[in-house]
Amino acid sequence: MINLKINGMDVSAPEGSTILEAARLAHIEIPTLCFLKEINEIGACRICVVEVKGARSLVASCVYPISEGMEVWTNTPQVLDSRKKTLQLILSNHNRSCLSCVRSGNCELQTLAKELGVEDENYYDGTKTPSIIDDSAAHMIRDNSKCILCRRCSAVCEKVQGIGVIGANKRGFNTQLTCAFDMDLAETSCVSCGQCIAVCPTGALAEKDATKEVFAAIADPEKHVIVQVAPAVRAAIGEAFGLPIGTNAEGQMIAALRRLGFNKVFDTDFSADLTIMEEATEFLNRVQNGGVLPLITSCSPGWIKYCEHYFPDMTENLSSCKSPQQMFGAVAKTYYAEKMGIDPKNIVSVSVMPCTAKKFEIGRDDQSAAGVPDVDFALTTRELARMIKRAGLNFLSLPTDEKFDDPLGLSTGAAVIFGATGGVMEAALRTAVWKLTGEPADSPVEFKEVRGVEGIREAVYNINGMDVKVAVASGLSNARELLDKVKAGEAEYHFIEIMGCPGGCVNGGGQPQVPGYIRNTTDIRALRANVLYNLDESRDLRRSHENPAIQTLYKEYLGEPGSHKAHELLHTTYVKRSIN
Amino acid sequence: MSSKKPSVPFNGTKEQEEELKKIIAGHKGEKGSLMPIMQKAQELYGYLPVEVQKIISDEMGIPLEKIYGVATFYSQFSLNPKGKNKISVCLGTACYVKGSGDIFNKLMETLGVESGGCTPDGRFSLEACRCIGACGLAPVLTVNDEVYGRLTVDDVDGILAKYN
Repeated sequence: MINLKINGMDVSAPEGSTILEAARLAHIEIPTLCFLKEINEIGACRICVVEVKGARSLVASCVYPISEGMEVWTNTPQVLDSRKKTLQLILSNHNRSCLSCVRSGNCELQTLAKELGVEDENYYDGTKTPSIIDDSAAHMIRDNSKCILCRRCSAVCEKVQGIGVIGANKRGFNTQLTCAFDMDLAETSCVSCGQCIAVCPTGALAEKDATKEVFAAIADPEKHVIVQVAPAVRAAIGEAFGLPIGTNAEGQMIAALRRLGFNKVFDTDFSADLTIMEEATEFLNRVQNGGVLPLITSCSPGWIKYCEHYFPDMTENLSSCKSPQQMFGAVAKTYYAEKMGIDPKNIVSVSVMPCTAKKFEIGRDDQSAAGVPDVDFALTTRELARMIKRAGLNFLSLPTDEKFDDPLGLSTGAAVIFGATGGVMEAALRTAVWKLTGEPADSPVEFKEVRGVEGIREAVYNINGMDVKVAVASGLSNARELLDKVKAGEAEYHFIEIMGCPGGCVNGGGQPQVPGYIRNTTDIRALRANVLYNLDESRDLRRSHENPAIQTLYKEYLGEPGSHKAHELLHTTYVKRSIN
Repeated sequence: MSSKKPSVPFNGTKEQEEELKKIIAGHKGEKGSLMPIMQKAQELYGYLPVEVQKIISDEMGIPLEKIYGVATFYSQFSLNPKGKNKISVCLGTACYVKGSGDIFNKLMETLGVESGGCTPDGRFSLEACRCIGACGLAPVLTVNDEVYGRLTVDDVDGILAKYN
């Protein structure tokens, strides 16, 4: 341990700690802006400066290591003045249309400006760098007039996702976060994961908002507007209304959707169960008939696009199953439309997803089972929160016990855990093991080896004398590490689950943004995943094949899992792309 | 926004590409080798167009954007080739006060290129420079090794006409 003094207090902290970390141990919070632990430790923004006895100038506490006998002050007038000046300089080149900015209220720059008393934010106003807006991609808009050059986005893109399509170009006052050779984002190998949006401290990066179109559809009496909600949304939407991270807000969420005026409030969990029926069947077929192995899951559209760009020779390994979002849309516009006697053209199929890549996915080829798009609008969790606020609903006062509508709202515990890394694998194992072992009633439910937040996990299950080797990866640089091993013949698996975002959908790019200082000290992935595992445990039905609505769907409409009709409606194709 | 392709068609040869790959292989596994490789690539091609940066990106497994970021950060790297005739306009204090900014703007307009650019036919490249020590002749520009002084905007067309 190293002993030092912070603000006159004796503090001990492990060797190798930074001043920022040591101060935190003593419950002294130093403000940060660019800093993201292990991702963006570049000491660039100078907000975290502190005074150190004997140092020539103020030092950046996020990267400055502690030493024995060091004396640190974190809030002297000189420190506070410096932080304020830094903010004034950042604000002098910032588009301050804060009143209606999408991040107003949870913008880290706005919060700091208020906390540090920057009442004269136009103090250094002068020339501004030319504003660049890139709205070429299906899922997001980048508005550089609100960029503060913290580089969190480029760090997460390159280090966490292993992609690196956005970065700081040119220098000095001309520096801009753009793509190589001023390419549009849509021309690059961006996979639409939205992790850059999740870590952006300001309104520079945001999803493409479709709330206006959805409000219009709801108001159109000709349209039957249905909504499906992904499992991970209920584990995070409460955060947008001040509830603690890790709160289950399923009831209020359903109540809010109903009050927004959706004709039916359905659950993507229904089609997650359907995915398992199809994918487990596909897996067993490939194992028994010598198909391409390992089979890799296809629920995460960010991962799918990554595979197409970076592992184009492995698209044969991808499950041909559409994602649960698309399966839902396909069933809604065929089976459900027929059952209700509604022309699929008059159904507006809306999804609420923890994901921005879902906005890209709805426009992919081969995703229109009824000749019209399976899903018309994919909203993020943040957009739903925005709609609820815009409609004036008081989320916290909504009933907590409302339920999804029948029949596409019925699901099992296996479906709920899709939102956490390892969840799809576990759900698939629940059904595959049951099937392979002769469908016993006491077939195992929990496969805890595949749970957790580590980037890569593996397990072997002996099923009927056969060793089934599985692996789970989340976050795309982890996916790359795992697949490189598979390609090099260093590892062999039968079944791999890959999710584009670290921790899976609970930490998706469409979830409510969490400020850097909380991200740096809290594992939001584990807290949100916990909500889903608790929901799973509370369910009577915990295996997808037990879902009575799914059983009816096969009986009345699809026939058997993997049938010709199921293939027509619920399966899709992939393309090979290049790296740009 | 549209992607900015270099104004001059890329004329790299198979030999150059093989040479570049050899250079990269020579630095394999070496930390901090991106800069020296980019410098050698620029020696080889004269500039670093997207085609060259793409080779470096593929061979080194470094995102293209990262290489582009380095190329646009350091003034030693150029994204455009030098023209057959290199025009350099002095924007130093004396020349600037005497109106070299207007001459520079006129050249950008006439040639249809930005600072650091090259005309699609490869005839002229244009760049700004700081004082060349000919303040008595301000405003000054040079074409290759030829110095032109006491200029006005109207002189530009006449000077360009001398070169083909």
